[in-house]
Amino acid sequence: MQAPTLLISKELPSLKYTYAPDRFDETWEAPLSILLGLGRAAGADFIEFFLERVNYISCMAEDDAITSISPRLSTGAGVRVFRGKADCYVSTNDLSFNGLKAALEKGLSIMGLHLPLPNAFIPEIHLELLRDYATKKGKDAWLGNCSSMREMGDVLLSANGELAQKADHVQSRRAVYFRDWQEVLVASSDGTFARDIRLTQSVGYSLLCADGTNRSSISKRSGSTSDPGFLRTWDYKADAEDVSESAAKMLYADYVESGSYPVIMANQFGGVIFHEACGHLLETTQIERKTTPFADKKGQKIAHENLTAWDEGITSDAFGTIDMDDEGMPAQRTLLIENGILKNFISDRAGSARTGHPRTGSGRRQSFTFAAASRMRNTYIAPGEYSIEDLFNSVEKGIYCKKMGGGSVGPTGQFNFAVDEAYLIENGKITKPLKGATLIGEATEIMDKISMCSNDLGLAAGFCGSVSGSIYVTVGQPHIKVDSITVGGR
Amino acid sequence: MPTINEIASYAQTAAQKLGIQKFDIYGSTVDETSVQVDQGEPQQMKASNRSGITVRVWNDAHTVGVTSTTDVDLIGLELALKTAHEASEFGVKDNVPDFSPEATAAIAHANAADRSPQAEVSQLLQTLVGAEKELLDAHPAIVGVPYNGLAQRDIDRFYLNSVGALRHEAHSYASLYLYTKTEEEGRKPRSAGAFRVSTGLAKLDINGCLKEAAEKTISHLNYEKVKTGKYRVVFSPEAFLSLLGAFSNLYNAQSILDNQSLSTPESLNTQIASPLLSVCDDALHPDNVGAETFDGEGTPTRRVPLITNGVLTSLLHSTGTAKRMKTEPTGNANMGAKVTVSPNFFHVFPGEAASEEYSLGTADNVILIDDLSALHAGVQALQGSFSLPFDGWLVKDGKRISIESATVAGDIREVLNSIIYVEKDLEFTGSGVAPRVWVNELSVTGE
Repeated sequence: MQAPTLLISKELPSLKYTYAPDRFDETWEAPLSILLGLGRAAGADFIEFFLERVNYISCMAEDDAITSISPRLSTGAGVRVFRGKADCYVSTNDLSFNGLKAALEKGLSIMGLHLPLPNAFIPEIHLELLRDYATKKGKDAWLGNCSSMREMGDVLLSANGELAQKADHVQSRRAVYFRDWQEVLVASSDGTFARDIRLTQSVGYSLLCADGTNRSSISKRSGSTSDPGFLRTWDYKADAEDVSESAAKMLYADYVESGSYPVIMANQFGGVIFHEACGHLLETTQIERKTTPFADKKGQKIAHENLTAWDEGITSDAFGTIDMDDEGMPAQRTLLIENGILKNFISDRAGSARTGHPRTGSGRRQSFTFAAASRMRNTYIAPGEYSIEDLFNSVEKGIYCKKMGGGSVGPTGQFNFAVDEAYLIENGKITKPLKGATLIGEATEIMDKISMCSNDLGLAAGFCGSVSGSIYVTVGQPHIKVDSITVGGR
Repeated sequence: MPTINEIASYAQTAAQKLGIQKFDIYGSTVDETSVQVDQGEPQQMKASNRSGITVRVWNDAHTVGVTSTTDVDLIGLELALKTAHEASEFGVKDNVPDFSPEATAAIAHANAADRSPQAEVSQLLQTLVGAEKELLDAHPAIVGVPYNGLAQRDIDRFYLNSVGALRHEAHSYASLYLYTKTEEEGRKPRSAGAFRVSTGLAKLDINGCLKEAAEKTISHLNYEKVKTGKYRVVFSPEAFLSLLGAFSNLYNAQSILDNQSLSTPESLNTQIASPLLSVCDDALHPDNVGAETFDGEGTPTRRVPLITNGVLTSLLHSTGTAKRMKTEPTGNANMGAKVTVSPNFFHVFPGEAASEEYSLGTADNVILIDDLSALHAGVQALQGSFSLPFDGWLVKDGKRISIESATVAGDIREVLNSIIYVEKDLEFTGSGVAPRVWVNELSVTGE
């Protein structure tokens, strides 16, 4: 897509650019295409600019007072320079032409390249017509339609009041909300030129109860990625009821006895097991690092034949939904595993270049300070044919994991998950609450033990931390049965 | 990027224009470069030059609002001050934060510019490629170093307020991490690593990092399952500091005032650990690389004796918590809409003399925990409990056998009270200095 040479390097200082300082629009085409041309003239194989503007606010109610309202404003840009399959990434707060040029120059120098000499011709990079998801989908008005500071405070105080009424033995109550508005612009030397606005919001409770030496702490969160009125419609009464009930049950729970058990994991956030134990290992980043046991298993059976799983960015208003990824590629629906057979990996641009797996619209990052990497979006196990009763009836003695905490997977595929709310199952029935459980295992072994999936798929908002920072994702699954898993306890 | 004095000038100008009388600003600028390699080739190189500030504004009703921004020019600062002023309408009415009474106090160990020149990226790459090669050559089973990185960072920090406080300091760091992966026929992949940090590349202990990563990796090649049960446990300095950090609400005044702690105000001067244990928070410890001499409120940092012979002797404070608990701030505040408190650098050392000393060289059926992982998931900080995967060894007749995969579970209060020995030799880790700590018994889940 390179046009005949039009510009000479020494003419750059005399050029006057008038691009919008407070909006990423078509006016950015000229300066960015020139900078991309400069990078190509210097010998880079591929260059990408990622521009970002953020308007974030968080609000917290503790007991009966608003104790924190915290706005954050941020602008910045990152430039990624590829030479062969190697790349570097340079970020800066300075969005002026000279600031971006300095970042480019730094990136080029890291790659052993230099800006062209004064009399060198600069190839012009023809960018596509701005692919503007924000304007096309009416997102420009989102920020103005979100809750005001006053409304945030009012809702959270009402919510915390509700929790005070519902819960017993309360030591502390917190209701927390955040709104993360992000405008991004991507321009790259393959002609990509795309803009989007993301609006991520989350609200939830954190309840700590204590009675003597007995303690329980339960959190619950929900999220939205497209509804400016999200906070106004938060059903905090239902959530207060749910959190209070869980905290009361766990307050006097016994510690789980460690050992190996069959486990039934609840739907929604129970999906964190698939996210950690398998999803991360299907990112091309892991193939590049040689830290996934699935690298050469495409087309092979890696899981129980009853298991099918997806990663996608298109479910309406799910927490990991994106119209385009952070490399300007439209989001897709990616079939990861079908009836136990590995079908696809999750790939970004660099991962695709280095592993050969096609890009899936999964290049994501926390902010301009990170290069994009292959990351999950909405990741879930598909519903199966069993009822929840079928799952419970198949367990003589086991553990029901109703609310999962966080988890992680190590470089050799070992994973672990904390269980916030667990119950003992005896002869197919829940008999008593248990606390202190951790699920431990190996990714390659656990996937073949997910033998039953019920038909009640549910999704839950989550946060995922990895090489390109912390991003918003959805985890999900129906109720599933794992035939046997090591449970760490006392 | 504007200089600190320019930011101060912009802030004064913008505040005057907006009619703001009282404000303060904490900020930093970072200039960093890092490289990663894969099998002798550059994997990814990163550079960043960025800044960020947090402004607090008090309104006429004396409530406070906050805003953070990365735009530190005049326009950005004006917007930040204006937004903070709007937020101040919703600021807390009770216990309103104020300037630190020590924001202009002299700093005993002030070191305005502790800078090492940054090395060229090519030198970083050459160094890291060399380190990777040495590690790959250390044993045939080591097939990769999938997690590696060599980074250098210059940081400028500053604090200023509308009544004339102006603090500034600069530091340089260089850090290296190397985490291997092994493959052997019929064996599970194993991994181990090491980390080093120093004030510059020239002072970085690269050979020490290499040696530690190689020795640990080789020691984990022959592994066995460990039987589930109760074991005497020895925490490495790094593992013990991880636990101390995860349960820092024990001695965090803000957490205590928020009822988000395992301690209460009455816990002060009571026995919370074995008399064998003493712990200080000591930002100015000579081993603390790039020690910060003031906190986010401009308060000078200092040595704070948290646990002395098992007794909780002090808490970590901000200006606000100190005022509420009628004591002095300790230099542990982080500026924000709600000022938070966090430890700076732990110094763990023996308290009272132990009646019996132990040695790993003669230990039998003892588990040495080298590294705890997944603390974000396995620690219930408000309940006191933990259940964490670990890397370590079962010590039998003084010999170490790597443990294949296991977790350790317990309650931090029980751990602290069942310490039976605090070794004398201290080791430096990124978050502090500590010796190995022996705990009488903990639950370990293996096979």
